[in-house]
Amino acid sequence: MNTIRDTEKEIVEEFALFDNNDDKYEYIIDLGKKLPPLDEKYKTDENKVRGCQSSVWLQADYKEGKIFFSADSDSVLVKGLISMLVRVLSGRTPDEIIAAPLDFIREVGLTSFLAQTRSNGLLSMVKQIKHYAVGFKLKHSTT
Amino acid sequence: MITTTDTILKKTFDVHALREQFPILKRQVKGYPLIYLDNAATSQKPQVVIDALVNYYTGFNANIHRGIHSLAEEATAAFEATRDAVKSFINASSREEIIFTRGTTEGINLVAATWGRANVKAGDEIIISTMEHHSNIVPWQVLCEEKGAVLKVIPVNDKGEIIWEEFLKLVSPKTKLISIVHVSNALGTVNPVKAIIAEARKVGAVVMVDGAQSTVHLDIDVQDMDCDFFAFSSHKMYGPTGIGVLYGKKALLQEMPVYQGGGEMIREVTFAKTTFNELPYKYEAGTPNIADTIALKAAIDFINENGKAAMRAHEDELLEYATEQLQQIPSLSIIGQAKEKVSLVSFIIDKIHPQDIAILLDNRGIAVRTGHHCAQPLIDRFCIPGTTRASFAAYNTKEEIDELVKGLHRAIKLLA
Repeated sequence: MNTIRDTEKEIVEEFALFDNNDDKYEYIIDLGKKLPPLDEKYKTDENKVRGCQSSVWLQADYKEGKIFFSADSDSVLVKGLISMLVRVLSGRTPDEIIAAPLDFIREVGLTSFLAQTRSNGLLSMVKQIKHYAVGFKLKHSTT
Repeated sequence: MITTTDTILKKTFDVHALREQFPILKRQVKGYPLIYLDNAATSQKPQVVIDALVNYYTGFNANIHRGIHSLAEEATAAFEATRDAVKSFINASSREEIIFTRGTTEGINLVAATWGRANVKAGDEIIISTMEHHSNIVPWQVLCEEKGAVLKVIPVNDKGEIIWEEFLKLVSPKTKLISIVHVSNALGTVNPVKAIIAEARKVGAVVMVDGAQSTVHLDIDVQDMDCDFFAFSSHKMYGPTGIGVLYGKKALLQEMPVYQGGGEMIREVTFAKTTFNELPYKYEAGTPNIADTIALKAAIDFINENGKAAMRAHEDELLEYATEQLQQIPSLSIIGQAKEKVSLVSFIIDKIHPQDIAILLDNRGIAVRTGHHCAQPLIDRFCIPGTTRASFAAYNTKEEIDELVKGLHRAIKLLA
């Protein structure tokens, strides 16, 4: 199976095809539209990611040593960003997720073409994902 | 009806000449000419304001008031000249009523911490409106909590106007203070402050007016308005950031306890007892923001030279044009359709998050603001997650509004 780094590289290559921001946005919007909506029952305050101007919900499930993420937002662009994070990080072990430096965010140039406030939102999502990984790791290493 | 004055104003106001005075308007954003429609957040600065800052630092930077050398005298004279300019700009009755602050927020906090602490008691009531900026909510909440006083809120109707009958019901002998925004930053609504003050007088309540949005657009005459306190910020009226003004009636300012302690605000300090300086210095502790205060005068002169009435006539035209154009977008609804309104349009578009719109507009060099505009209770009142807001200054043009409309059509096509 692909490593986190492999999937990151795929995304970086996909973005390398675009030579302007318009196309990058359009691609992210497209990803956002394609991300399946999160079941309403998971849109709880507990699942809400803080630090975003739009509402973002992140649901994490632990199955056979791996964490599976599903997420939603009322912003299509944010959904597109989440969709990339989910693609890279869903189905990985807690250790893999905790160790991932997620260089693709910088390599794709997401932080430079997203304004500061939006990249903070993206970083909040990353933080939340890593929190889940640490949480599941602790829970399952002690039992 | 077009009056002779209107015709003269239109003839003399040249938006392109005005734009020439703002160096930032020549820049590009993401490969497109900047279209700056976030003026309610902060306006851009004309060259004269930038020059005033540079001239101070290159020519006569010194600490003010007590220096016995030429630079200190020049700096003091320039600093105090701004106080006189502000006094005339808002028609205060004396220069002692002009207190320099960091901005509107500090002005309101100053009144809450001094007048409020000294005068508000348990059971007293403070009235604000639903359309207040957080700066005109939180200081009063804190004060009410500390004193056991009650915060009362005037509701607004669907157009974004305060509901007058409901306001009248709230006013009573228990009302100690009414603190009201002059122009809503989220909706553009102009509140009937004179009528509100007249009601306050009947019950002996003090009135504070938040002039952050109004001072650049409307003629401000604090004596005619008869408000007790009026606060505004320089940076929303072509001046530098970090400086603002609190106007207060002299009798109140004299009675109030001090705000912050330190240099400038004292007369004599001993370990047994400190006596305080006279007005306005009593409320200006520490070395003030000298450079920005001096440059604020350049902004006031700039407004006076261009003529507030001429600038407003142009801004009104922009507002009318933008409203007309935006209303033609089927999925767009304007939030805030008050009869009395200035210089901004707040709107939502069906099924599209304001943030997504702003990101795509930014990619065309168009700067707007999205979110709750620091007026969360108001946005909740309309049951929406936030709005997109385009706010205008005298240097904006109809062509820029056309670009905004084009940008919105493109965003809707991509996002919907």
